[in-house]
Amino acid sequence: MTDEKEYLKIEREKEWRVELRNKIKNKERTDLLRVKMPEMDPMERIKYQDREVNQGLSVAQAQAEAVRCMDCVNPTCIEGCPVSINIPKFVKYIEKGEFLNAAKTLKETSALPAVCGRVCPQEKQCEQSCFYTQKLKKDAVAIGYLERFAADYERESGQISVPETAPKNGIKIAAIGSGPASLSFAGDMIKLGYDVTVFEALHEIGGVLKYGIPEFRLPNKIVDVELENLKKMGVKFETNFIVGKTASFDDLKAEGYQAFFVASGAGLPNFMNIPGENFNGILSSNEYLTRVNLMNAADNAFDTPVFKGKNVAVIGGGNTAMDSVRTAKRLGAERAMIVYRRSREEMPARIEEVKHAEEEGIEFMNLNNPIEYFADEKGHVNRMRLQRMELGEPDASGRRRPVTIEGSEYDIAVDLVIVAVGVSPNPLIKNALPDLKVSRWGTIDVEEGKMQSSIPELFAGGDIVRGGATVILAMGDGRKAAASMHEYLQQRVTSNEF
Amino acid sequence: MNKIIEKEFFSPKVACFVIEAPRIARSRKPGHFVILRVDEKGERIPLTITDADEKAGTITLVVQKMGVSSEKLCALEPGDEILDVVGPLGRATDIHKVGTILACGGGVGVAPLLPIVQGFKKAGNRVISILAARSKDLIILEEEIRKWSDEVIIMTDDGSYGRKGLVTAGAEEVILREKVDECVAIGPAVMMKFTSLLTKKYNIPTQASLNAMMVDGTGMCGACRVSVGGQTKFTCVDGPEFDAHQIDFNELMLRLGGYTELEKEAYQHYFESSIK
Ligand SMILES: Cc1cc2nc3c(=O)[nH]c(=O)nc-3n(C[C@H](O)[C@H](O)[C@H](O)COP(=O)(O)OP(=O)(O)OC[C@H]3O[C@@H](n4cnc5c(N)ncnc54)[C@H](O)[C@@H]3O)c2cc1C
Ligand code: SF4
Ligand code: FES
Repeated sequence: MTDEKEYLKIEREKEWRVELRNKIKNKERTDLLRVKMPEMDPMERIKYQDREVNQGLSVAQAQAEAVRCMDCVNPTCIEGCPVSINIPKFVKYIEKGEFLNAAKTLKETSALPAVCGRVCPQEKQCEQSCFYTQKLKKDAVAIGYLERFAADYERESGQISVPETAPKNGIKIAAIGSGPASLSFAGDMIKLGYDVTVFEALHEIGGVLKYGIPEFRLPNKIVDVELENLKKMGVKFETNFIVGKTASFDDLKAEGYQAFFVASGAGLPNFMNIPGENFNGILSSNEYLTRVNLMNAADNAFDTPVFKGKNVAVIGGGNTAMDSVRTAKRLGAERAMIVYRRSREEMPARIEEVKHAEEEGIEFMNLNNPIEYFADEKGHVNRMRLQRMELGEPDASGRRRPVTIEGSEYDIAVDLVIVAVGVSPNPLIKNALPDLKVSRWGTIDVEEGKMQSSIPELFAGGDIVRGGATVILAMGDGRKAAASMHEYLQQRVTSNEF
Repeated sequence: MNKIIEKEFFSPKVACFVIEAPRIARSRKPGHFVILRVDEKGERIPLTITDADEKAGTITLVVQKMGVSSEKLCALEPGDEILDVVGPLGRATDIHKVGTILACGGGVGVAPLLPIVQGFKKAGNRVISILAARSKDLIILEEEIRKWSDEVIIMTDDGSYGRKGLVTAGAEEVILREKVDECVAIGPAVMMKFTSLLTKKYNIPTQASLNAMMVDGTGMCGACRVSVGGQTKFTCVDGPEFDAHQIDFNELMLRLGGYTELEKEAYQHYFESSIK
């Protein structure tokens, strides 16, 4: 930690940073207002499933916003970032107009900055701990917007630096799953000279980034550029390959794989187990989003169908719920509703998504909980029974616990219900490896910081370790696992195991 | 990409494919299925692995034309490639030696039944197979089933082959004639439902293999959920075989929604009149 502080200090004292700081007084900086993200008009954007809402900052907007950052002696924003991006450094590069250097700074610690700039819950991370939020009680520096700006600038400039890779060491390793955890792991390991193969069960690479998060929030082409880079660096991808099914761990070991990184995600959708939940027209957010995002079901040229509801209720208050309800709106819902048992304040979704949803005319039925579904004679849902809730004492998570109000039940008409009440770890790996230690929730137990499981050659990270978490945490795990697997394999090299 | 090696039509609506898939051929067991996607625009559809040749690195799939995706698949020829094939999926059949097995296959359900019949025979059981279909040209894989069965009974709705009547009539006859230790039923949901009602009457443990609707096949979406013993299960990871006496077949039929309402009712009525 002190090393890191030391490093930050040295960087901060570089001449160009000192010069920039002296150019404008802090008072002038703090008088500036936070930039507004240019957005597509709500009534226009709900006509398109695949147009990004946030349009990105212009060069002038980005530089003006970067001026607001005071390049603090004690940059608390960094403490809020799960991967400790050197935030002032990249922001100051933007102020100075050296956008490619800003992007490079991001890449020192984050594998997918263009993705994180779009999907990180900044208001709970870096921006939450920014000096503006903490001390000035003003709007934080728009770190997320700036991160996206720098990453997009680099991509659009066509000057993406393909990182140098060490000479090949011939050691074969496998990553299981192709979400953000795996991708960042693969990037680090290929740089270290390993022979890396990523195995993915689905027919597309990207995990939740592809099948879950919709195009209007994270365009596929952004993810594809990153994938292309990894391919250029030599990472091999095998789709339609379920480790533990298509081949066992023993098969892969026999084929020469020396170590594994399991990042199989928290794929299993939870249901509420209330009466009528299996009627047609009631589906998990995973199913709904997979049909639309992975299978292109909203496009008539594709064979996969999807129910297009008129009265759509989405159960839950997280990102998945917001993505589902906004997708339903875009597919023509007249009423697209969020049914959430707590209040807006407790919603786990990114603030920006909630705001965007409101602008798009999503109805928020907060402090409501479904208790039963009813269907027509064909078994298709046509009505749901809701119960009103109020907030009681805080629970273990610190959020106020929702309590039912007796006798408050009422019915509303629905023809599509999307259940987004969380996910559980995918048990495929545990089923394939009975000896693997898992928690009572089914997440893989790993040694903190090292990401090593109870089986020495097996490392794990991302949602399969944390339960449903975030992209940035998954990426951070991938990087930690890479460092510690490298150490583990080098020890085996030294003891002449290969 | 998986190359089609052979193709044969069992009937105008049912085709059999031998496909290159070396890893799956090696790993698969009776009861397993694959999910495939014919082309970029295609759906992901589940198909049970009927047979596999580990040496040749191939698997055999039998598909019935039912909609766009199966029509597309049936239009492919040897030498063509299928874009995506993933598997083996699901839990393998619990094959063991119990004595006498009654294996009931309806229509194209005979295809997934074949590896199970093979398995039970190899495990040393006496296997009696009943193949049922609407008419003679819809009876498939008879020869292969015969190879692995001690006795085969053919039932057709219209009497054009074997005996006239439903699968349940043939099954009941066997049950009344000799001791049956376990039963396996695979076919249309309504056929499995009534076979299950029959064996329940005689207390014969029965497995049914469900053809639920699927998307990913790895437990990720819940499209394939069914109620078994009052609990929600995912067919792709918890199944596809379940204790038939615990399955909520009515819900399954509603979820499949494949038949039009009227057709289903008519078919149900037909079955009801056949069982006392
Ligand atoms: C709709 C939605 C919206 C979200 N929005 C946000 C957001 O705005 N911000 C944010 O930070 N986070 C968000 N999240 C959470 C975030 O996406 C996840 O935390 C993150 O993707 C986890 O990454 P991962 O690499 O662990 O796994 P995943 O991205 O889940 O990838 C796991 C992959 O492994 C594959 N797999 C599983 N088992 C096997 C096997 N045995 N063999 C081969 N492959 C296998 C799966 O098919 C899958 O593709 C969202 C999640 C969803 C579902
Ligand atoms: S990665 Fe996320 S938390 Fe870190 S600086 Fe970027 S937006 Fe903030
Ligand atoms: S098919 Fe998606 S969970 Fe079974």
